[in-house]
Order: sequence, then structure tokens, then C-alpha cells
Amino acid sequence: MTTVWPQLESQLARVQKPARYIGCEDGAIEPVHRPGSTSWLLVYPDTYEVGLPNQGLQILYEILNERPDAVAERSYAPWTDLEAIMRSEGLPLFSVESHRPAAEFDVIAFNLSAELVYTNVLNCLDLGGIPIHSAGRDDRHPVVVAGGHAAHNPEPLADFIDAFAIGDGEEAVTDLHEVVADWVRSGRSASRHSMLRELCTVPGIYVPSMYEPRYESGRFVGLTPKHAGVPERVERRVVADLAEWPYPRNQLVPLTEVVHDRLNIEVFRGCTRGCRFCQAGMITRPVRERPADQVRTMIDDGLRRTGYDEVALTSLSTADFSGIEDAVRQTVEGSAGCGQVSVSLPSLRVDAFTVGIAAQVQRARRTGLTFAPEAGTWRMRRIINKLIGEEDLYGAVESAFSQGWRRVKLYFLTGLPSETDEDTLGVAELARNCVEIGRRHTHKASVTASVGGFVPKPHTPFQWFGQNTVDELNRKIGLLKDTTRRMHGVQLKWHDARASAAEGLASRGDRRMGAVVEEVWRQGGTFQEWSEHFRLDRWTTAMARHGLSLDTEVYRHRAQSEALAWDHIDAGLHKDFLWDDWQDALAEVGLPDCRWTPCYDCGACTGVGIEHRVGSPVPPAGGSQGTGQDLSIGGEVPVTLTGARS
Amino acid sequence: MRIRLRFTKLGKVRWTSHRDAARLWERALRRAQVPLAYTEGFSPRPKVSFGLALPTGAESDAEYLDVNVRPERDVDLSTLPDRLTAGLPSGMACTAAVGLDPPVSSLQQVVTSCSWVLGARVPAAEAERRVSELLAADSVPFSRVRKGKETTDDLRPAVRELAVVGNHYTEGFVALRAELATQPRAVKPIELLAALWPSSGDDVAGWPLRRTHQWIGPSDAGVEPITLDAPEESYAPARAS
Repeated sequence: MTTVWPQLESQLARVQKPARYIGCEDGAIEPVHRPGSTSWLLVYPDTYEVGLPNQGLQILYEILNERPDAVAERSYAPWTDLEAIMRSEGLPLFSVESHRPAAEFDVIAFNLSAELVYTNVLNCLDLGGIPIHSAGRDDRHPVVVAGGHAAHNPEPLADFIDAFAIGDGEEAVTDLHEVVADWVRSGRSASRHSMLRELCTVPGIYVPSMYEPRYESGRFVGLTPKHAGVPERVERRVVADLAEWPYPRNQLVPLTEVVHDRLNIEVFRGCTRGCRFCQAGMITRPVRERPADQVRTMIDDGLRRTGYDEVALTSLSTADFSGIEDAVRQTVEGSAGCGQVSVSLPSLRVDAFTVGIAAQVQRARRTGLTFAPEAGTWRMRRIINKLIGEEDLYGAVESAFSQGWRRVKLYFLTGLPSETDEDTLGVAELARNCVEIGRRHTHKASVTASVGGFVPKPHTPFQWFGQNTVDELNRKIGLLKDTTRRMHGVQLKWHDARASAAEGLASRGDRRMGAVVEEVWRQGGTFQEWSEHFRLDRWTTAMARHGLSLDTEVYRHRAQSEALAWDHIDAGLHKDFLWDDWQDALAEVGLPDCRWTPCYDCGACTGVGIEHRVGSPVPPAGGSQGTGQDLSIGGEVPVTLTGARS
Repeated sequence: MRIRLRFTKLGKVRWTSHRDAARLWERALRRAQVPLAYTEGFSPRPKVSFGLALPTGAESDAEYLDVNVRPERDVDLSTLPDRLTAGLPSGMACTAAVGLDPPVSSLQQVVTSCSWVLGARVPAAEAERRVSELLAADSVPFSRVRKGKETTDDLRPAVRELAVVGNHYTEGFVALRAELATQPRAVKPIELLAALWPSSGDDVAGWPLRRTHQWIGPSDAGVEPITLDAPEESYAPARAS
């Protein structure tokens, strides 16, 4: 078997953090490449520390490796120091398990969790010696596929990716594998083109080369399928029952420190809180809870196997999980016999109930607690449908400081639709009031307000909104800086507004953005999520060269009649639902959570014939706290209970 | 009660840092259900202390750590090494465990020197010549950064033993054996190699290293923090890949 390990190892003393490149994780497989088996290289196009914990990639890794006719290995973007050595020594991109060159795999699959990694995708292909354009590949080259949340607008990478998998990957990966495996086993007797044609017939698979984009007077107006049998729209895949997918069973335990370095258990997928800025909440509907007993088993087995002393219960809003109190209590009390275990809840709801749970899990280390009110005024929070009343936030903060926490971190967005300076300054006001509450309990009380520039995302009600300019975002951040400067106990942190602009153009760009991504990459613009490597002028220069601008692609409000670059991707949501919700937003009308109120017909359930699957017919303990919902209208709604499955 | 453990670090896992190894060990101890004693206070940590740091990239036959366990729970020391090895990555193996009762001084305090096998990318004759020159010298000044300041120290007193032991450590490398003092001030193997071959520059950073012993007192007395029953004498490291 081919391996570049000896050549790589002789260079490892020259790079930072060499443990990134050695593999050897607990849970990793020892790959056996048999004749007739189809090999996958799963690539996370960012550093090992960021990519390794990615649960989506680990789930696919296990599903593929359970198949007798598949073998999957992993790769991550080499840091710039190793990349320079690889290029000078002629070392190709490699897998971390067997250090096999990327070009020797049958399939290269990229995880697209965020947009700013796009230039790294091209860099990884190029380092692998694989032509970056799909049109430049022939039967000798791997099939290049991609999936993940950012794939819901695939167009900026349409020139480079052979096929995208839209939606949940658990089932789609098998269907994709079978088509490619047939082709590989047949000795690639059919042409690459005909194999890709066949992929078009697989639900959830989008093959961009089978579509012709149309433009009129410099505007994208739609895509036309080039051949018969190529669907006009591609429907995302949805896994109906999380209980059938208790993955990852063998979560990877790295040898070196990574982000989220703990046991991660997904307790539910999807969210119907309905926050209008949140792409994840929109495209992962409906809510599908994992049965509480399965959660418990996964925690116990996982702790015993990995030796971790921390478990994260992951989802988009973990306090909403029906079994949350029991899951937390049982874990902290420790049935696995592995010593002290702490639980982390990465997405806290803003209410006192949630703080009560946090108090259970952080008996010892009460240093900081994080909440995301997202906007500074009630008006603004109705617009974004994050229905947290001020009394909810103050109640949560009071509860936190009174129970021994000394630092509270608050996440906010700025540059939201119709945001006024009063709304912006509401952020400072909230933070100051929170410090005052904290001072009643400890003189050390401090509040960090972290402010990010809002980037409108596809498949959300805000997809028509023209993003704030860099100057406008900087002006708003400046207002907050001035106001908080003399506020004792309030610290302000902010995200680089220029990075928000680049994220904006990659998020909603059409197919013409591919040339921009390529040029930024050619100019050396990799690792754009890393501030030390990010430069906005590379993006604006490249756009100008291709007749595009931030004004038209990012800052402009879209019209209802306009074709959107992702209209051919069906993420489950009716476009008219999104438009109505956008109009409701502008009218400052909130929309309650549909788990416990009547259906709004957003399309997510009806389209795939499944419903929200929750463990409890009533809203979680704590009731409407943090949601602003009127629960009197919710009692009659039938829900599917995870415990009562047939 | 305190338990002292001896372990190896060989093959790919040598690219993990000292800090990585500490984290790996904490997980392995929990997997083996060792009843760890924890520190008091706001953020309780298991009471585990590691000996002298091994440079990232170096292999070792003789690493150590001390672990405090809760006194009320018995730990079966005879099965402990195997149970721990099962939870460690390939290349790391626990080779011995002893109880320290009453507790003794920390590893960093008791270890006085370490033996190493070092690879040098030079011709064998050149290696012999430089080794003789260094041993014959009264002092070997070298500069290093200490507390942010570049200072000049004498390397020679720390070199207790130095010899060419083979012309093939691994492909392209001559093998040297060295014993370097760790007290009063430790000299690192890479500092020795750089002093022997200043013209090799940064290249020495990639030369192979393997710690074979840590000594308490003179090495000819043969006292180690834990002495293995059948210590293997070899300079050619097994290269897991």
C-alpha cells in the first residue's frame, strides 16, 4: 500500500503541533484497501483541531467503514508551515490513518460547515494533485463530493465539486456510495459523465455540471437542467428517526488537544424556535429527539470507552430536550464509574430554568456562563423572533450571579434588519443592567458582550435582506465601543466586520462566485477563518476582476420576484412561508414554537411525511420562559412521542 | 497512596507533546477505573505528576509519572500496567507500577541524569572525531535562552558519558549513546548535538532521539525510579509505523 509516512515523518520536527498529522486516535480504523472496495477520503478543510471533533464527518466515517465494500480515511487541511514543506518536497495531501495520497482514493468528500473554508477546499484538492475544476477531471481522478450546512447554497463551489449531498448524510452516503462503487467495480467502464448522470437520480444529490446557469443583464435568473432525467429541484435528505442512528458509536479520541475535546452526544436534531437569522434552525427541521434511554446508554458507553470527564449534550437548544433534567442528573451522579464527570450544554436557553440545570452540572467550576439574547431591544428580538423578554434575561442573570457565577457572557448580532441606533445601543444597556444585577451578589461581577456582524443566510426569512456594509457595521460597533467604555464591569468584544462581508458573499453568491473563490485561493488566501490569514481586499479585488461587487452581491436587498442562487435546492421550507415570515419580521410580529402550537405549514414536515418527534407532549419544564409564547393555544396539538414509537 | 508508573513512548505517538501525553494519561487512568485523588478547590484536578519532560518527537523506554489514589480503595498493582496499556495509544505502554509508601520525593527532584541514544546525520568517522574532541575539552560553551535572556553556559560538566555505539541508528544516522545530567541544570540532547555539529544548523532538530534510562545517582549503580526486571539493551529503536 502506498504511504507517504516516511517522507512526512522526516519533516515533522520542522512543523508546529506535529501530532495533527499522525492519526492514531482511539476509534480510528486500521484501513484495509481490498480490491473491489471503494475508498473514501473524508476531508475537513480546516485544521485538525477544528475538524477532528466534527460529528457529521465521524458519523459518515463509521457508516462507510461498517460496509464490507467501503473503506474511509480522514484528512484535514495542513497548516501553512507543513503546506510549504509539502509543496517544496512534493508531498501530496494524505490521509491521517495510513498516510495514503489523496489522489489514490476513489472519492474525496468535503465537509462544508462554514463558507470561509471554500478556498481551503481548492487548496486541499490542489495539494492532492487533483484538478480543482470538475471539468478538468477524468476517469482516473477521484469523484469529489461535498455536504454539510453550507452545501445548501452549493453554487459558489459548483465549478469544483462533482456532486453535493444536501441534508442529513446518514442515508444519502450509502446511496451515493452504491452508485460510485458500481462504477469503480466495473473498472470505470462507463464514462465519468454517465456515472454523474446516474448520481442525479439519487434523492438529495445535486450534480452542478448537469445544469446551465442563465443570466440576464448581469443578474442570475435561474438554472436549467441540461439533460432529461436531471431534476429541476433537489430535495434535501432527512433522517426520520435519530434512534436508528446512534452514531458515532466510537467517537474519535485524539492524541492532541482539539476544540470540543469531550464526549459529544447529539440529543436532538432540528429546532423550531424559529429564530429568523438562524440557518441551522431552518434547514434541519423538523425536531427529532433521541430517546432518553438511548442518550443515557451513549453517555455511559462513551465515557467508559473514552475516559473523558466531560460530556456535551449537543443540539441547537439543549434545554428544550424533553429528558434534559434526568440526563444531566444521571450523568453528574456518574453511573459509568469513571470518576467526576461534568456536563456541558453548548446552547443555553435564556431563562432561570436553564441556569438551574447549569447549576447542577457546574457544581465546582462556576466561572462563566454564556447566553445568546442576540439583540438588545424587545422590538429587535421580535423581528428576529428570538422571543426573550428582558425579565427572562434578568431572571437568568440574577439566578446565575446568586448561585456563584461571577462572569456572564452575552452574544449579540448587529446589522439586523431595520436595526436602529437605539436597538444597537440596547446591547450596552442590557449588559450594564446585567452587571448591576451581578453587583448585588458579587463585586467581581462582569459581563462580556460579544457582538458579531449579521450575515443573511440562504433558506432563512432573512435571505432577501441586504447585509450591512463594512462601514455601517464598524459604525455600529464604534457606537457600542464609545458607550461601553465607561461602563464598569462591561467588556465589549466584536467580530471583524470585513470577515462578515466575505462570509456574506460566499453565503449567497451564485455560480459566478466560483471564479472569485479560485482567485482568492490563487493569491494565497487560505485559512480565511483565521484572522491572521484573512484579507478582504483579496476578495474585493477578485470580485472586481469578474464584474461583481459587494454592493450587488452582498449589500443589496433582494426582491420577491428575484431568482435566488439556491432556489433549485429544496431545504424543506416553502419559499412563500419564508417570504411571509420575512414580512412578519418587518412588521415586528413574533411566531411561537410550533412544537407546542399549531402548524404554520413551513413545509419541513409535510414535504417528507414526518413530524416533530419529541419526548414530551408539553413544553419543557420552565414553560414559556425565554420563548415569550402563549401556551394557552398549545395544549391540543398532537405530537409524536419518541417513547411511543411503533 | 501514591503509585509510580513507568511507560514507553515509541513510534508515531512520539510526535505528541508532553502536555498531550498528560491528557492521554488522565483518560487512560479513568478508563482503567483507577480511584484518582483530586485536588480541592474550584477546579478539582486529578493529582498526577509527570517526571522530566520528553522533547516532542523523541522516543523513550523510560518515562514516569506519579499518581495519587484515594486511600480507601485498593489498587491491584500486578494487573495495573496491562489495564492501563489497554487504554493508551499504540506505542505507549505501561511497563511497571509500584506503590510509594511512604511517599518519596518527586521525580524531578530525584532524577540526576538520563541516558539517551541519539542519531547523527554525519559520517561515522566524523562522529568518532567530534565525540573524542568534546570529551577531551575542559569546557564546551554553548548559548541558550534562559528566562528570556540569552546566556552562555558550559555543556561539558553535564556530559557524563558519550560514545559512538553504531553506524546505523536508522537509515542515514550514526548512533551515539549519551548520559546527560539533569541537575543542577539539565542539558538537552539537542543542545549536545548542536554543540557537536554547529554547522548542521536547524537540521539537528529532525535527528532521532530515544531516552533509554532515567537515573537516580551514578548510572553505574543502576538505580532507576523503577528498575525493570529485564532491561533490554538496544540502540536500534523499533519503528512502529
